[in-house]
Amino acid sequence: MAEFTLPKNSVLMQGKTFKAPEEATNTRRFEVYRWDPDSGENPRIDVFELDMDNCGPMVLDAILKIKNEVDSSLTFRRSCREGVCGSCAMMVNGKNTLACTKAIASYTDTIKIYPLPHLQVIKDLVPDMTHFYAQYASIKPWIETQTPPPADSERLQSKEDREKLDGLYDCVLCACCSTSCPSYWWNSERYLGPAVLLQAYRWLVDSRDENTGERLDELEDPFKLYRCHTIMNCTDTCPKGLNPAKAIAETKKLLVQRKLG
Amino acid sequence: MDTRTPLSRVKGLGSAKSGISHWWMQRVTAVALIPLSFWLINFLGLSLTVPYKQTLAWLAAPVNSVCIIAWIMAVFYHAALGLQVVIEDYVAAEGPKIISIWVVNLFFLFLAITALLAVVRIVSIG
Repeated sequence: MAEFTLPKNSVLMQGKTFKAPEEATNTRRFEVYRWDPDSGENPRIDVFELDMDNCGPMVLDAILKIKNEVDSSLTFRRSCREGVCGSCAMMVNGKNTLACTKAIASYTDTIKIYPLPHLQVIKDLVPDMTHFYAQYASIKPWIETQTPPPADSERLQSKEDREKLDGLYDCVLCACCSTSCPSYWWNSERYLGPAVLLQAYRWLVDSRDENTGERLDELEDPFKLYRCHTIMNCTDTCPKGLNPAKAIAETKKLLVQRKLG
Repeated sequence: MDTRTPLSRVKGLGSAKSGISHWWMQRVTAVALIPLSFWLINFLGLSLTVPYKQTLAWLAAPVNSVCIIAWIMAVFYHAALGLQVVIEDYVAAEGPKIISIWVVNLFFLFLAITALLAVVRIVSIG
């Protein structure tokens, strides 16, 4: 059966509390998920009270402040700090997002920070993305052609055809959408999940690709594609404002069109 | 120790190259059930106010017979398709999954046969 309760060694414990400096007047409480694989202890929630007058505006700024000034053992991924690399995906107040593009001011009161849900945790806020990346590789996210490229130019694409890729090529593969999807939680071994299916659709509609039929063959599977039940968490949570649910629906339409059209 | 690569695990046995018909028929039966269910609710409403004999006579009228048979086939087919998806979602172990899908499909098949037989008896015997 799908697991609906946490295993014993995943039950959360109360962690340490780090108070803000006494002179701070504008403080904010952060509750952060911590787990150290080497300690043998259960995961815990550490509380950090930060001086907001001395902190950048984004959630990532607060996390960096904790690491730099309070507890250097806090572990997380980050790189571009502008929503392009997708590294700092985490669950903030119950919703997956990129910590670098989410303003602290968009929340009131306590901010609770957890790793992306339903992935194995490596340490603190760092989840294991191996399976997710392997799923991405499995859809062959590159152009496939038989026709050799023109000798003296690139493969051409009309403006209209290029526009079909808008809202698809922008995906940064942060996995916010896939890990917010209950269907992906229960069946991620076989269900590809919204992020990978959006990427699959990106290659289905690319006018330069010559392998659309084979790509559809690979997707037509009760688990790979049809575990999507249009729950829409993916579209709701996407920090880039993309619509994976629509890409999946369009893929299903292509399959119906191929069979009945 | 599992020495297979992550990609090998993801690719598994490959694509089943099916699923579209299941998904499509679930939608077709759902759409068909909208008018058919309105008809059924209306029919049941009328039947509550008249004697049993009158209900039988109405049901034996060709339009009503066709509608009730269409409703029975659509609703049990739709239920079987839908419950199969629920089982596939939540039952991970292969054995229990396959057995419960068989049980659900056979259960709705027998229900449909029973319901159709009842309609045939009403139409032919009264």
